[in-house]
This record gives sequence, C-alpha cells and structure tokens, in this order.
Amino acid sequence: MMHLLVIFLAAAFTENILLARFLGMCSFLAISRQIKTSVGLGFAVVFVTTFTAAINWLLHTYVMVPLNIEFLELIVFIVVIAAFVQLVEMIIERFSPSLYFSLGIFLPLITVNCAILGVSLFMLNKEGFRFWESLVFGFGSGIGWLLAIVLMAGIREQIKEDKIPAGLRGSGITLIITGIIALAFVAFSGMIK
Amino acid sequence: MTTFLIAVGSLVAICGILALLLVIADRYLNDYGICKLIINKGSREEEVEGGSTLLSSLNSAGVFIPSACGGQGSCGLCKLKVHSGAPPVLPTEEPHLSPEETKDHVRLCCQLKVHEDMELEIPEELFNIREFEGTVESLTDLNHDIKLLRIALPEGEELDIIPGQYMQLETPAYKKTPEPVYRAYSIASDPLDKTHIDLVIRLVPDGICTTYVFEHMESGQSVKLNGPYGDFRLTETDKDMVFIAGGSGMAPFLSILAKMRNENIQRNATYFFGARAKRDLICLDRMKEFEEALPNFTFVPCLSEPMPDDDWDGETGLVTDVVKKRFPDLSDMEAYLCGSPGMCDASVAALTANGMPEENIFFDKFS
Repeated sequence: MMHLLVIFLAAAFTENILLARFLGMCSFLAISRQIKTSVGLGFAVVFVTTFTAAINWLLHTYVMVPLNIEFLELIVFIVVIAAFVQLVEMIIERFSPSLYFSLGIFLPLITVNCAILGVSLFMLNKEGFRFWESLVFGFGSGIGWLLAIVLMAGIREQIKEDKIPAGLRGSGITLIITGIIALAFVAFSGMIK
Repeated sequence: MTTFLIAVGSLVAICGILALLLVIADRYLNDYGICKLIINKGSREEEVEGGSTLLSSLNSAGVFIPSACGGQGSCGLCKLKVHSGAPPVLPTEEPHLSPEETKDHVRLCCQLKVHEDMELEIPEELFNIREFEGTVESLTDLNHDIKLLRIALPEGEELDIIPGQYMQLETPAYKKTPEPVYRAYSIASDPLDKTHIDLVIRLVPDGICTTYVFEHMESGQSVKLNGPYGDFRLTETDKDMVFIAGGSGMAPFLSILAKMRNENIQRNATYFFGARAKRDLICLDRMKEFEEALPNFTFVPCLSEPMPDDDWDGETGLVTDVVKKRFPDLSDMEAYLCGSPGMCDASVAALTANGMPEENIFFDKFS
C-alpha cells in the first residue's frame, strides 16, 4: 500500500508531467485562464491518463511482449488513446451534457495532448510495474497535470488586472510563471528517494 | 517475415477491435430516440431521429436551410433561432454570432445536435427553398447569344415563386470546372405555371455555367437547381413604374409582367430595353402580348448602335438618356432594374438626377 502511495506522490509531485517534463504545454497555456474550465479539463486528463495507462499496460504486457512487437508501442498507444477519448466523449455527452458543453472543444483536444502519450511511455521505463502500479502511476500523473493547470489558472486570475509589459502578456508571462512554479516543485525531489 | 506479419496482423486486430467498440458505443450511446422539432410556435412539427445535427435533421425533414460550407461551421449562413432544447453556445459557433444574436437565441444549426424536443423559428420563405432534380424540357434561342432554358420539375413537385426571385442552377463538373458550381439566374416563368422554371441565359465568353448551357446541355437531360431566393419583387403601391433591363435582364420582368396580367394589376409601367442593334432584341412577340393584355404597359426598346439595314424607327441612344427624356420628373415613380452592376449604377445615377428618391429604386444586380 505504502508502495502505491509513493508511486502516486512521485508521479504527481517530483516527476510532475507538466512541471518536471514540460509535456502537455499547449492546452496548459491555452486553457489556464479560468479556474473553472481548467478544473474541467484537468479532470478529463486525469480520467484519460488513468485508464489509457491501464489499457496500454495490459496491451503491452499481454499482447506486445509475448508477440515480440514492442516496437509498435508508440502507434498502438496513440490509437488506443484516440479511441478512448472518442468513447469518453460519447459517454460524457450522453450522461452529463452540462459537463460535455463546458469542456466543449477541449475534450477532443486531449487526444493530441502529449502528456497522455508521455504517461503511457514513461510507464514502460519503470521496470517491474504491474497493473495496479501502472494504474496509480497514470492517476498520479493526471493529478499532477491537474494540479499544475489549476495552480496556473489561480495565478492568472489574480494577475488579470495587473500591468504586465505588453510584450509579455499572454503566453510570455505564463511561461515565466510556469518556470518559477517548476523551480518550486524541484523542492519536492528530496521527498522521495 | 513472420515478425512483419505478426506486427501488421496485431495492429490490424487492435484497430479493428477499437473501431468495433466505437461503433457499438455509438449505436447505444448516441441513440436519442425520436425527437420533435416544433417550428414557428407549432405551425409545423417534424419528428426526426435524434443524434445528428439540426441542419441535417431539418434537411431530412425537407426543410432546406442555406449552407455554403456543407455544415462545417465556416460559412455562418445556417443561422436559426432556437428557443428551447438547445445546449449552451458552442465555441465553434461563437465567431459567427454577434452579442445581439446570442441574446436572441440565434444558433448555427450545423453545429447543434438534436438530443431532445426543440422549439425553433424558421423564416417562412425558407420553407419554400428546396432542391430539385429537374429535366431540361427545351433550350430555345432567343437571339444570337441568349437562350431560354425551360426546366420541368420532377413529376408531382410544385414550386411557388414570387416574380423577381432567382434560382441557383448547378453546373456539374466538366472540363471547365473540376467540381459542381452554382450560378444564380432570375426566374422568367409565369408564377401560375408551378411545374416549370424558365431561365434566360446569355452566353458569357468563357463563363463556366453559360458555356455549359450553350455547348453541352441537351434537352431531356437532368439538371439540379435550388431556390427560390431573393427579395427583388413588385411593391404593393400604385405608383407609376419604370423597368430598365437589357439582354438576359429581361428574365424577372417576364415573370413580373405575367403576374400583372394574371392579377389584372393596371399600374402604369414602361419597360426600357437597352440593346445595341436589332439583332440583340428578344421576346418582342411576348412584349406585344403583354401590351395588349395590359393597356397601361408600354415596351420601349432603345438601340444604341442600330445597323444601317435594321430599318429602325424606334428610340435610339443610351437607355438612360431615353428614360431621362421620356420622364423629366421621376419624383413620384418607382424603378426596377436588372442587369450588370455597371448598368445598374448608371441607371441609378440617371434616375436620381431626374428626382427619383433612392428608396424607390429596386434592383437585381448580376454578380
């Protein structure tokens, strides 16, 4: 149990997919203006990373390794992610129209969010991950991404009225702030050995 | 070799399973049952299968909403007021809607999906816009470069037009165009003849549609057209009228004059037809018939460059000069123009110079 908690904390903080690896930046920069939408997108990412990590682990372990076709993992993972996002989109549209419309165009955008593919690929680098560990790793990475985007949205809401030099408005200041938060996250690195 | 086969096989299998899963999910999750579309406060009700866009649902119910982009959300023509049953405005609609339109519940119907019963408002004239696959009944030469194209609507179909409206005629892909294109032509037929559409088409050198009509179209073949569109029409005043149009610009007036004859509208009307020489004149016998049926109607052909053997004793000179000469005071009259932008602008200048208020001038500019 302790072991799973460590994987979770490592994925969410020390190896934060966005702040330590700088993946999934495009939607992070575009959608982090309001806390409300970033929470919505963040949870969609958590959902998708968790399940695609699990599905991809199963495919990798039970299909690709036995058949000796690990070289296909990149393309298989992309296909799985795309199909899964489609499925999630249909399910949300059917059962929670309000969430569907508040996520709007972001949901399909998750398909091309590199953080999701990154999670599945990094998972394979972790020697000896079993099913539950992969699931928790995916969940933790998603939570890490959610945390980062909500933090940024909170800051951006605060600085909305501030006088920022014209050349730095928008993405410029956001990237600088992201860098500072990333530095702060380095402090977590001592937490897990 | 085996590795290759295993790789391809398993990739195909994985993709196939995922595709199958999506198809099954689509079948069960995207099933919204039968939804009711309540149009214009219940004046019309349609039952459609839920799950597809409002545009395609209306299309399948026989309501033809204009859309130039084919439902991609890029042209912004398919705007409708949706009063209930619509989800919040989507990001794909926002660029096309002004704040007032958003307040008025205007939506792009190609982006909305029908998930429940909906109440909408559709302008009445759109009900009449339809797409037809007609048959070319005849193609008659009116003079050396103008043809009358008579199209029979499919068996059992009828079309109500307001004289002055136009149709869009499709030119299928042929050597001048890789894809079908639409061109607008005024309707020249009698509004009482609801099963035929007459179009007057002048050969434009190198024109895509006119070349097709002149060189490739044969009677008996099928043609696609949609409409009617446009708000060029007779007003309901009893003011004296001037019509100005040359060449194929005569088309809407053939229809308007037919309406005047059918409904016994005895307004004073003078039709100035500008042409170069006698060989450019068209439909003189039809005009004679209208003059006999409508005692207050006069047809005045004006030739700008009559040929020596034309033996012409009618008006000569530019049509605008003839109008000015005949009607020194136009302040209480109406004018109807149909022709090229250059001809319309010149006529507007001439008419206003003789005192006609601009709001009394109506035109159908070729574009």
